[in-house]
Amino acid sequence: MVRSVGAHSLSLVRGLGDFAVFTAQSFRSALTTRKLFRRVLRAAFEQGARCLPVILIVGTFTGLVLGLQGYHVLNRFGSESLLGALVSLSLVRELGPVLAALMLVGQAGSALAAELGIQRNSEQIAALETMGVSSHGYLITPRLISALFVYPMQTALFVAVGLWGGWLSGSMLLGLEPGVYWASVERAVEPDDVMECFVKAAVFGLLTVSLCCYNGFNAHRCKTATGARAVSASTTRAVVLSCVTVLAADYVITSFLL
Amino acid sequence: MLLEVQGITKSFGDNAVLTGVDLHVPHGRVVTVLGRSGTGKSVFLKCLAGVERPDAGTIHFDGKALDVDAPAARAEFCRRCSFLFQHNALFDSLTALENVELPLEQTTDLSAAEVRKRSLEALKQLELDTHADSYPSQLSGGMQKRLALARAIVTRPELVLFDEPTAGLDPLRRNAVFEMIVKYQRQFGFTAVIVTHDVAEVLVISDHVALLDGGSMRFAGTPEAFSTSTDRFVCDFRDSTLALSRSIAALRQSSAPLPLNS
Repeated sequence: MVRSVGAHSLSLVRGLGDFAVFTAQSFRSALTTRKLFRRVLRAAFEQGARCLPVILIVGTFTGLVLGLQGYHVLNRFGSESLLGALVSLSLVRELGPVLAALMLVGQAGSALAAELGIQRNSEQIAALETMGVSSHGYLITPRLISALFVYPMQTALFVAVGLWGGWLSGSMLLGLEPGVYWASVERAVEPDDVMECFVKAAVFGLLTVSLCCYNGFNAHRCKTATGARAVSASTTRAVVLSCVTVLAADYVITSFLL
Repeated sequence: MLLEVQGITKSFGDNAVLTGVDLHVPHGRVVTVLGRSGTGKSVFLKCLAGVERPDAGTIHFDGKALDVDAPAARAEFCRRCSFLFQHNALFDSLTALENVELPLEQTTDLSAAEVRKRSLEALKQLELDTHADSYPSQLSGGMQKRLALARAIVTRPELVLFDEPTAGLDPLRRNAVFEMIVKYQRQFGFTAVIVTHDVAEVLVISDHVALLDGGSMRFAGTPEAFSTSTDRFVCDFRDSTLALSRSIAALRQSSAPLPLNS
C-alpha cells in the first residue's frame, strides 16, 4: 500500500512538473512565433464570440435567481434595499468569475482539448515539428495569451447581465424601486472587488486553457486508451480537471485577497 | 553524401526497434527503404526527420552532425528537409492554399504577397490551383497526396522523406503516386528517401535500395544488385509473389478436389 501511495505521489509530482514545463515552454514560444497576433485574434474569437450566447444566458439566469432568492431572504429582515449589494457582491466576487470560467471550460475548453487530441492523432502536430514550426508557439501560445484577456472580458459581461437579471427579478417582477437597487449596487462594489474579479478571471483562464491544451496535446500519452478513445478520455479529463481547478483556485485566491 | 546515418538505435521500453541502422543517401537520388511491416521503417524515417529521438548513433546531413537538441541546427535541417506522412497529416481546418502557405509563413521572412505567390505556384505545379479554397476533406485521396507533396516542396527542400506514400492504394493509384514522386524529384531536383513495401515499383524508380530487417539493414545497393542478390532473406522478400504462387500451387495439388454437390 505504501508503495502504491508513493508511486501515485511521484506520478502526481511528475505530472505537475510536466504541466509547468509545458505552460512555461508555451509562453517562451511567444518570443519566436511568427504571425502571433493573427493567431491570438483567432483564438480570441473561438473563446470569445463563440461562447458569448452561453455567457449571456447563464449570466441572466444567475442574476434572476439571485434577485429572486435574495429578495425573499432580505424581505424577512426588512432589508430589501440591500438586494443590489447582495447580487453585485455575489456576482463580482464569486459567481461571475467562477461560473463564467466553468461555462468557458464547457464550451471552449472541451473543444480545444478535442481539437488538439485529433491533431495529435492525425500527426498534424508531428507535421508542424518536421516543418520546423514550434507546435507550442503555433497551437498553444495564442490560446494562452487570448485567455488572459478574453476570460476577464467574458466575466465582466457575465456580471453585467447578472446585475441586469437581478434588477429584472427584484425590481421589475417583485417591485423593488430600481433606484434603490442600483444605488445599493453602486455603494457595495469597491474597486478592490472589481480587481479581485479580474484577477480571478485571468488566473482561471490561464489555468483552464493550459489544462485543456496540455491534455489534448498529450492525448497520445493516455495510458488507458488509444485513438479516438484517447481523445475522448483526454477531453473528459481536461474538463473535469479544469472545473476542479477553478473551484480550488477560487478558494486559494479568495483566502489571499480577503 | 547528403545524408549519412550510422549506428542508429531506438527502443520503446523493452522493444528494440532499431539496433544499429546505417544508410548513405547521395545527393539528388531516390533511395528506397524496404522491409516487412513492423520492422521499424517508419520509426527510422521519423528518427531522420527528428520526430523521434534516436537512443544512439549519428546522422550527418550535408557533412554536418545533426543535433536534435541544438535549435539552430534543427531549424536549418527542417528548412532543407520535408517529410511526407503516410496519411498526409494535412491541417483539416485550413484550406489547401493555407496548408501550403503555412510552412512559408512560419519559417521564412517572405512577405505575405511572396508567400501567396509561391504557394499558388506550388499548387499549380501539382495541378491543384483550381482547388486552392477547398478543405482537405473535400479533396480525393490522390489530390490530398498531391497537396501534401505541394506543402512539402513549397519550401524548396533538398531532401524529402516519404513515409509509405502508397499504403492502401490500388495498383493504378500506386503507380500514379510513384510517377508523381519521380516526376517532381526530377523537376525540383530534391533527394528522396522513400519507405515502402512495394518491391516491383521500387526496382523501377529507385537509384538505391535498402532492406531493413531485425532492426538493421540486411541489404543496401543498386536495384540491379537487389534483383540478383542471393541472400536468402533478400530473395524471400523480392520473390514473395513467386513464393505465394508456389505455395498456392502446392496447396492445390495436395488438396483433394471438393465434390461438386457439396
